[in-house]
Amino acid sequence: MLSRVANGLYWMSRYVERAENTARLVDVNLQLMLNLRNLNDSTLADHWVPIVQSTGDEELFAQLYARPSGQNVAEFFVFQAANPNSIVSAIGSARENARTVRDQITVELWEALNRLYLFLHSPAARQLWDDNPHDFFNEVRDGSLLIQGMADATVVRNEGWLFMQIGRFLERADKTSRMLDVRHASLAAPGAGPGLSQADVLGWSAMLRSCSAWDAYKALHGAEVRPEFVAEFLLLSEDFPRSVRFCLQQVNTALRRISGVAEGRFSNDAEKLGGRLHAELQFSAAADIFKPDLHTYLDQLQARLNAIGEAVFQTYIFQAFQAGEENAWRQQEEQQQQIVRQAGRFPSMTGQA
Amino acid sequence: MPNAATTPPSPAPPPGELFRPYDTREHFDEMLESDGRIRPHYGRFMERLDSLSAAEFKARQEAVDLSFLRQGVTFNVYGDAKGSERIFPFDLVPRIIPAREWEHLETGLIQRITALNLFLHDIYHDQHILNDGTIPAHYVLSARHFRREFVNFQVPRDIYIHICGTDIIRDRDGRYLVLEDNARCPSGVSYVLENRRALKRTFPRSFEACGVRPVEQYPNELLSVMQHIAPAGVTDPTVVLLTPGAYNSAYFEHTYLARQMGIEIVEGRDLFVRDQRVFMRTTKGLQPVHVIYRRIDDDFLDPTVFRRDSALGVPGLVQACRAGNVSLANSIGTGVADDKVIYRFVPQMIKYYLDQEPILPNVDTYLANEEDDRRYILENIEQLVVKSANEAGGYGMLIGPHATQAECDEFRRYVAAEPRNYIAQPVISLSRHPTFGEGGFAGRHVDLRPFILYGEKPVIIPGGLTRVALRPGSLVVNSSQGGGSKDTWVLYGDE
Repeated sequence: MLSRVANGLYWMSRYVERAENTARLVDVNLQLMLNLRNLNDSTLADHWVPIVQSTGDEELFAQLYARPSGQNVAEFFVFQAANPNSIVSAIGSARENARTVRDQITVELWEALNRLYLFLHSPAARQLWDDNPHDFFNEVRDGSLLIQGMADATVVRNEGWLFMQIGRFLERADKTSRMLDVRHASLAAPGAGPGLSQADVLGWSAMLRSCSAWDAYKALHGAEVRPEFVAEFLLLSEDFPRSVRFCLQQVNTALRRISGVAEGRFSNDAEKLGGRLHAELQFSAAADIFKPDLHTYLDQLQARLNAIGEAVFQTYIFQAFQAGEENAWRQQEEQQQQIVRQAGRFPSMTGQA
Repeated sequence: MPNAATTPPSPAPPPGELFRPYDTREHFDEMLESDGRIRPHYGRFMERLDSLSAAEFKARQEAVDLSFLRQGVTFNVYGDAKGSERIFPFDLVPRIIPAREWEHLETGLIQRITALNLFLHDIYHDQHILNDGTIPAHYVLSARHFRREFVNFQVPRDIYIHICGTDIIRDRDGRYLVLEDNARCPSGVSYVLENRRALKRTFPRSFEACGVRPVEQYPNELLSVMQHIAPAGVTDPTVVLLTPGAYNSAYFEHTYLARQMGIEIVEGRDLFVRDQRVFMRTTKGLQPVHVIYRRIDDDFLDPTVFRRDSALGVPGLVQACRAGNVSLANSIGTGVADDKVIYRFVPQMIKYYLDQEPILPNVDTYLANEEDDRRYILENIEQLVVKSANEAGGYGMLIGPHATQAECDEFRRYVAAEPRNYIAQPVISLSRHPTFGEGGFAGRHVDLRPFILYGEKPVIIPGGLTRVALRPGSLVVNSSQGGGSKDTWVLYGDE
């Protein structure tokens, strides 16, 4: 398969997943805000700043808005064209990528993606947003799930499909870890246990809901929300389809089906890094993820996820390109995808348009 | 579509009266004799059409439009900020060509492409036709698409034009004339194939009853041409289609043809030249490429040779081509045959190389560069069609009788300033064809673009793209200028 096509499919899938996760993140936090008392600038900032930070976009946000009010943050994440990771931008980029590989995807998949794109650019989207943001976010989430469902039901399981899987699950793993990071500030010393404030309990359960993890968590741990359980569940669960470990499992399976290399071996950096990280997650317990603290752990995790994405790119997209002309290809790539590396805490491999 | 309130007072015609002959006036009508009788080769189709009511017909038309939109059978319009995709309007009533007329067209077109290929070989080698003055050398040497760099360059099997889309029109007497040759990257064949599919779904039984020759073999024929021109020694060549990308107006066609032929569709950046060999970049590494069906003009093909600012091409491609390691279709430098000044000399080429009389005549053409012609053009511009020698798609053109005084004056200035770059032709009243619109059927002007393939031997799929000017009275059929299309049926017999 052409490297460019593999790249297009990877990003199409990744951008759809990104839009969906952004919708989940903002939705839950808007609802959470309804529970806040004493709404003043300072409490608002306490609430929203970590959310903006979690996506690594705080510099851009600061350039665009004077203060982090709910309205501003939501606008930034939903409609803001200057934010390449806003829902509207991400779906636009997904569609652009799909358009360039149009002959490689099914009509059903294209139509589902086109439908979400057309909805977001219609007056109906603004109207729904103004009337009821929760319904709006549901619409986005359902649109994304329809796209993924169509892909699941219609796309041939060839190499292109595997690149779509890698894009989707790397993005999901990254976003799950970032959602968890939003709440790290409310953690006291490791294993502090009780002493969680009412607001913190609400915050942690909101986070579970934003990952569609509430029911699964409850089945395992009952209704008691304990941060270490939540973190363990979202990072290490073997079966929950949004946990980081589960996502890594999917990424590794796809990588190995592309190369044909058996489990326990590797033929390139992507397989090596992916396999290593997955093995670590398999053989970790809750205590390990709080060493030295959750935030540091998550930062390192995100960096390693980025490294896997970069290795996939080097191995399959870039490998065909000779050293001398890497720059030229990068430039072309940037013109089309406009890959901008964030100056945030960690560079995320965000193709941005 | 008119709603009940705006429909004319007359009741909807009952079955059998969907089509009513209309006055053909001074025009040649493809379906109707001047006395209103239906021509014999349309007889069987019209019998079947007559069994439909207007409502049924309309429903079928809408079903086809919807399916084209859903499938994305669309073209992009340049200068449209949204980059919007539009469907190419499609009219359900096919244009029908009887066997004897097709035979005439086919022999005429093969004669023409043969002469054009001989001409290109000649001007890129010994230039006999220029040296003995049959064609003034300065016209060829000054042609915008003449590629000096390719003189004495060997192309595989001496074929320059592998795919040609020649535009054919009929005048008031029904005579077939050649309007222009598109010898660079002619487009439209995907519509020929899609229109046929749509019509087969719409009138499934008519095909057998009428005896329509198939067109579906085109992608296979095209692939055999590509394989035929593979570099020497390559028995199982890798063929790719090179597209300028998703924003090109014909991108749908590029993906369509690539898929039909089962070959990769590549952009310039997917290809890479090393040691004068072309490779494509795949997830499994570099893979050699032997034949490129390029849908990019010469100018953008290779930034090291042609336009340096082109990001669409492949650096080093021309060198690989020179080395004989990769074949291009069409070859580099065929655009000189598209030049409307050179067009004027095609009948001379046919006599010169083949010692035959042209079977399909040209439209009379005045060259602004010749003094007498120029005077004639300037004095009679209101009665003439003036065209720039190197524009396509209905751009850079004046139709005198339909133009304002100011527009005519503007073109007078162009002609006087750049005579080499302008030609003029009498206005040909193109033949018309019944076309369904508001208020039923009416005559609309049509042309025909058959697609000629030149590989082991010349092959023309029986049919082509019939374009129709949907606006009443309009003579411009280009898709970018509000034209539509029809399926074209070539019959096994004459009725």
